[in-house]
Amino acid sequence: MGANGVQEVNGNSTSNIDNGKSLSSTAPWCPPINIDNINPKVLECQYAVRGEIVAHAERLQQKLLQDPSSLPFDELIYCNIGNPQSLGQQPITFFREVAALCDHPGLLHKKEIQTVFSSDAIKRAESIVSSIPGRATGAYSHSKGVKALRTIIAEGIQNRDGYSADPEDIFLTDGASPGVHMMIRLMLRNKKDGIMCPIPQYPLYSASIALHDGTLVPYYLDESKGWGLEVSELKSRLEAAVADGINVRALVVINPGNPTGQVLSEENQQKIVQFCKDENLVLLADEVYQENVYADNKKFSSFKKIARSMGYTERDFSLVSFHSISKGFYGECGRRGGYMEVTGFDSDVKNQIYKMASVSLCSNLSGQVMMSLVMNPPKDGDESYELYSSERNAILSSLGRRAKMLAEALNKLERVSCNEAEGAMYLFPRIELPEGAMKAAQAAGMVPDTFYCKRLLDATGIVVVPGSGFRQVPGTWHFRITILPPEEKMPTIIAKLTSFHESFMQEFQG
Amino acid sequence: MAPTKVLDPENINENIKNLVYAVRGELYIRASELQKEGKKIIFTNVGNPHALGQKPLTFPRQVMALCQAPFLIDDPNVDLLFPADAIARAKLYLSYTSGGLGAYSDSRGLPGIRQEVCDFLLQRDGYPSDPDLIFLTDGASKGVMQLLNIIVRDKKDGILCPIPQYPLYSATIELVGGTLVPYYLNEENNWGLDIKDLRQQVAAARNKGINVRALVFINPGNPTGQCLSESNLRDLIEFCHNENILMLADEVYQQNIYQDERPFLSAKKVLMDLGLPYSKEVELVSFHTVSKGYWGECGQRGGYFELTNIHPKAVDELYKVASISLSPNVPGQIFVGLMVNPPKPNDISYPRYLQESKSILESLRRRAHIMTDGFNSCRNITCNFTEGAMYSFPKVKLPPAAVAAAKAAGKAPDVFYCIKLLEATGISTVPGSGFGQKEGTFHLRTTILPSEEDMPEVMQMFKKFNDEFMSAYEGPSEPFSRL
Repeated sequence: MGANGVQEVNGNSTSNIDNGKSLSSTAPWCPPINIDNINPKVLECQYAVRGEIVAHAERLQQKLLQDPSSLPFDELIYCNIGNPQSLGQQPITFFREVAALCDHPGLLHKKEIQTVFSSDAIKRAESIVSSIPGRATGAYSHSKGVKALRTIIAEGIQNRDGYSADPEDIFLTDGASPGVHMMIRLMLRNKKDGIMCPIPQYPLYSASIALHDGTLVPYYLDESKGWGLEVSELKSRLEAAVADGINVRALVVINPGNPTGQVLSEENQQKIVQFCKDENLVLLADEVYQENVYADNKKFSSFKKIARSMGYTERDFSLVSFHSISKGFYGECGRRGGYMEVTGFDSDVKNQIYKMASVSLCSNLSGQVMMSLVMNPPKDGDESYELYSSERNAILSSLGRRAKMLAEALNKLERVSCNEAEGAMYLFPRIELPEGAMKAAQAAGMVPDTFYCKRLLDATGIVVVPGSGFRQVPGTWHFRITILPPEEKMPTIIAKLTSFHESFMQEFQG
Repeated sequence: MAPTKVLDPENINENIKNLVYAVRGELYIRASELQKEGKKIIFTNVGNPHALGQKPLTFPRQVMALCQAPFLIDDPNVDLLFPADAIARAKLYLSYTSGGLGAYSDSRGLPGIRQEVCDFLLQRDGYPSDPDLIFLTDGASKGVMQLLNIIVRDKKDGILCPIPQYPLYSATIELVGGTLVPYYLNEENNWGLDIKDLRQQVAAARNKGINVRALVFINPGNPTGQCLSESNLRDLIEFCHNENILMLADEVYQQNIYQDERPFLSAKKVLMDLGLPYSKEVELVSFHTVSKGYWGECGQRGGYFELTNIHPKAVDELYKVASISLSPNVPGQIFVGLMVNPPKPNDISYPRYLQESKSILESLRRRAHIMTDGFNSCRNITCNFTEGAMYSFPKVKLPPAAVAAAKAAGKAPDVFYCIKLLEATGISTVPGSGFGQKEGTFHLRTTILPSEEDMPEVMQMFKKFNDEFMSAYEGPSEPFSRL
C-alpha cells in the first residue's frame, strides 16, 4: 500500500495503479493523494518560522486553555515572528483613518465624519477613492495594482532616493513574499539554476528555491564582523558553484538583515552592485526593514540609489527591490501589502511577470492603499503630522531600546554572544552548547539548537526559532528572538530567559 | 554591444512562457491601449461587478471600516455613522484577532472565522465540518494554486478539466508542469456533463502514460453557466470513486443562480448524502470566494477551501506551504466571515441587507435573460441560457472568408472577431479559444455585468457590429440580427 509513484499503465484497467488501491483487497483504504505521492518539492521545503517549535507552542497553548495551572508558566510569549501588532504595537492612526474611509466610501458623503476623522485623512481617502476607477475599492484592479497608487509609490521612491522611478516598474503584491516567489519562479528553469542566498537567511528564500526546484548557493555572513558581507566570500562561493555546473542567476541581499539585523554600509553596497554587474547576476534586494534602523552610525540606502549613483541605469543593471507594509513602524502584517520594483529587464520579460501576476488577477486593494500611505505619509504642516510623527518616533525609539536591552541581557549569559541589532526586528544570539546538551539532543533525535529552544519553551513559554531554521555556519548554534514584546514585559522575559539558561547550563555542564 | 541580460526572454522558466491567461491576455491588453487613446471601453472580460457600477453591500463595509480603525468604536459620535449591529460585529471580529487587522493570523486564517464557515456549511448542507480542514486564502485562486502545486509532480500527472474551462486551471497546470486532460461539456445539451466522454478521455490519457490524479468541475460553470443536477453530481462522485480521482469543486458562483429548476447543491452535500463508502473515501476540495455572488468583493481577495477525506499528512504539507506566505490577508478573511454569516432577520441591518442582495440577484437574473435573448436573436449566433455564474458564452458561426482573413492576420478566428468587435464598439470580451472549445467552433465570453440601464445599448452595439461583420465577410443578404 502507499506506492511511491512507480508508475505502470494498463490501458484496460479502470483503476489507477499508482495510488495503491486494489480492487479486490481488504487492506485499509489509502487515499489517492498521500504523503508518498505528493509533489516532492513540497516535502522538501521547510519554513521554520512557523515550524516545529511553533506547532509545539500551539499545543501548549491549548493545554493552558484547558488548565491554566498545568504548566510552569501562565502564558506563551511569541517571539518567533515579526508580527508587531499581535504583541500590542498600535497601528498608525492616520493610516487606519484613511483605510476605514476607503473601505466604506459611503461615509465620505456624510458630514458627521468631520467630528470623528481628521480632515487630512478625509481628503486623502477621497483622493484615493476617486483615483480608483468607478470609486470601486471592491473591484479587481489592474494586475500590477491601481495605477494612481503605483504613481504615488513611484514618487515616494523618487523622494527617498533622489532618482526617478517608473510606476510601470512597480508590481503591488499581497505582502512582499508573493513577489519573491514570482521572481524566483521566473529565474529557475531546472535544478542547474542557482540563486545565491546569505547564510543565515530568512527561510522564505530557501523554501521558495526548493519549491521551484532550483539550487540554493549559500554565501556566509561573517558573525565576527557584525554579520558583515565580504565580496571575496561572494566570489569564492560563486566560483565553486559554477565549477559544480550551476548557472548562478541572482544574488539575494537582505538589508537590513533578517535574522542578523546588520545594516550595510554604502561602500559595502557599492561592492555588491559591482559584483553583480561583473558576474552578470540579478540583484534581489529585500529591503522590507528599511525603516527599522537603530544604530546611530548607520542609515539605510536603497540598492537602487546606490546603483544609480554609480552610474548604472535600467539599461545596464537588473535589480528587483522588495518592500512591505508589514514592518517598519507601521507593522501591518495581516493586511498583506507590498511591492516589487523591477528595473533593468527587457519589456518581454516584464510582460511575462505581468502575465504571472494576472493569473491571480490582483493583490488586495486594502494592502495596495496602505502601501501608498507608507510611501506618502503625512508631511510637516499637515493636520495629522504631529500625531503621526509622535506615534512613529515612539515606536521606533522603543524598538531601539528593546533591541539594546535584549542584546545586553543575552550577552550577559554564559556561553552566549550576540551581535547588536543595527536594524530589522530580531536578535540572533549564538550559544555554545555544552557536550552534555549535544548528547541529550542527539538522544532525543533533535538538532541541538532545536533541543535548546524546545527546553526554553517548555520551561518559560517563550517561543523562538532555532538557528537551523535560518541556516548557520556548520557546528554553530543560534536562535532568533524578536524584539517585539512590549517594553514593560521585557524585564520579565529577560529574567525568565536568564533563569532558564542558567539552569540549562548547570544541568548539562555536569 | 549591449551585454546579454541574465533574464532574457530566451532563458526564463519555460512553464511561465507557455502559460496563457486569456482573461487578462491579448484582448484585454488591446482594450487597455485603446482606453489610453481615449476610446470608451466596456470591460466585459472579467467577472468584476464593482468595476461596472454594482455597489458594495452596506453592512460589510460598515463593519470593515470599524475594524480598520478600532478607535472609532470608542468615539462618542460613532452612532451617528454606524448601526449598533455593525459595531457589535466589528468588536466580535477584532476579538478573534490578536492585535487587530494588522497582525499576521494563523496561516489557515483566524480560527473564529473558520468556525463561522463551519457553521455556514452545517446550515447549508446539514453536515458538520472541521475548522482545521478549512483554509482561508487570498481569493479562491490562491487555494486552487496551492492544491494543484501539491498534486502535480511532473508532466506525467494529469488533471481533468472541463472544456470550456476558466483558464486559471490551464494556466496553473502549465505553471506547475503538469498535463491538462480535457473532458468536453456538451453544448447541444445545455453544456451538460457527458460521463461517456469523461471515461474516454481518462482511458486515452492513461494509454499515453498519464496518471490522472484529479478532476476539476466548476458549478455553476464558468464560462458556461450551467448548474449541475443532483444526479450529475452523483455520477461525478461515483466516477471519481471508481477511478480513484481527487475532486476539485470550484463552487465560487454558488450564490449566482438564475433558474429555479436546479438550485445550487454542494458537492460535499451530495457526497455525504451518498453515504458509505463514498462519504469516507472520495477526496474532495471545495472552493468558495467573496468575489462573486451578490457580494462582488473581488478586490478584497477573500476565499476559502474545505478539505474532505484528504490524508492528514497531505493536510500538514498544505499547511506548511501556506505558512511560508505567513497568512491570508485579514480584511479578506473578515469578508469571508461576513459572507457566510450575514445579518439575520432580527438584526437592525437585515432589511437593508435583504433589499440590497435581492435587488442585485434579481437584476442579474434579468440581465442573464436579456443577454441570452439578444445573442439568440442573431441568425449566426446560438447561446445557451446563463443558468448561473456571471457570463454569457455564445457560439458565433463565422463565414469562411472571415476565417481566412483571420488566418491571414495570424489570429485565431474568434480572436479576430473579438478584436474587431472591440475596435468597433469598445466592448472588451474574451475569445472562446481562451477557455477551450470544440474544434471548429468559435465562442466569446462576455459578462452579464454591465448595468441594466446600459444593457440594451450594449446589445444594440453588438448586433450592429455583428451585422456589419457578417455583411463584410458573407456579402449582402438578409440582416443577421433582428434589431
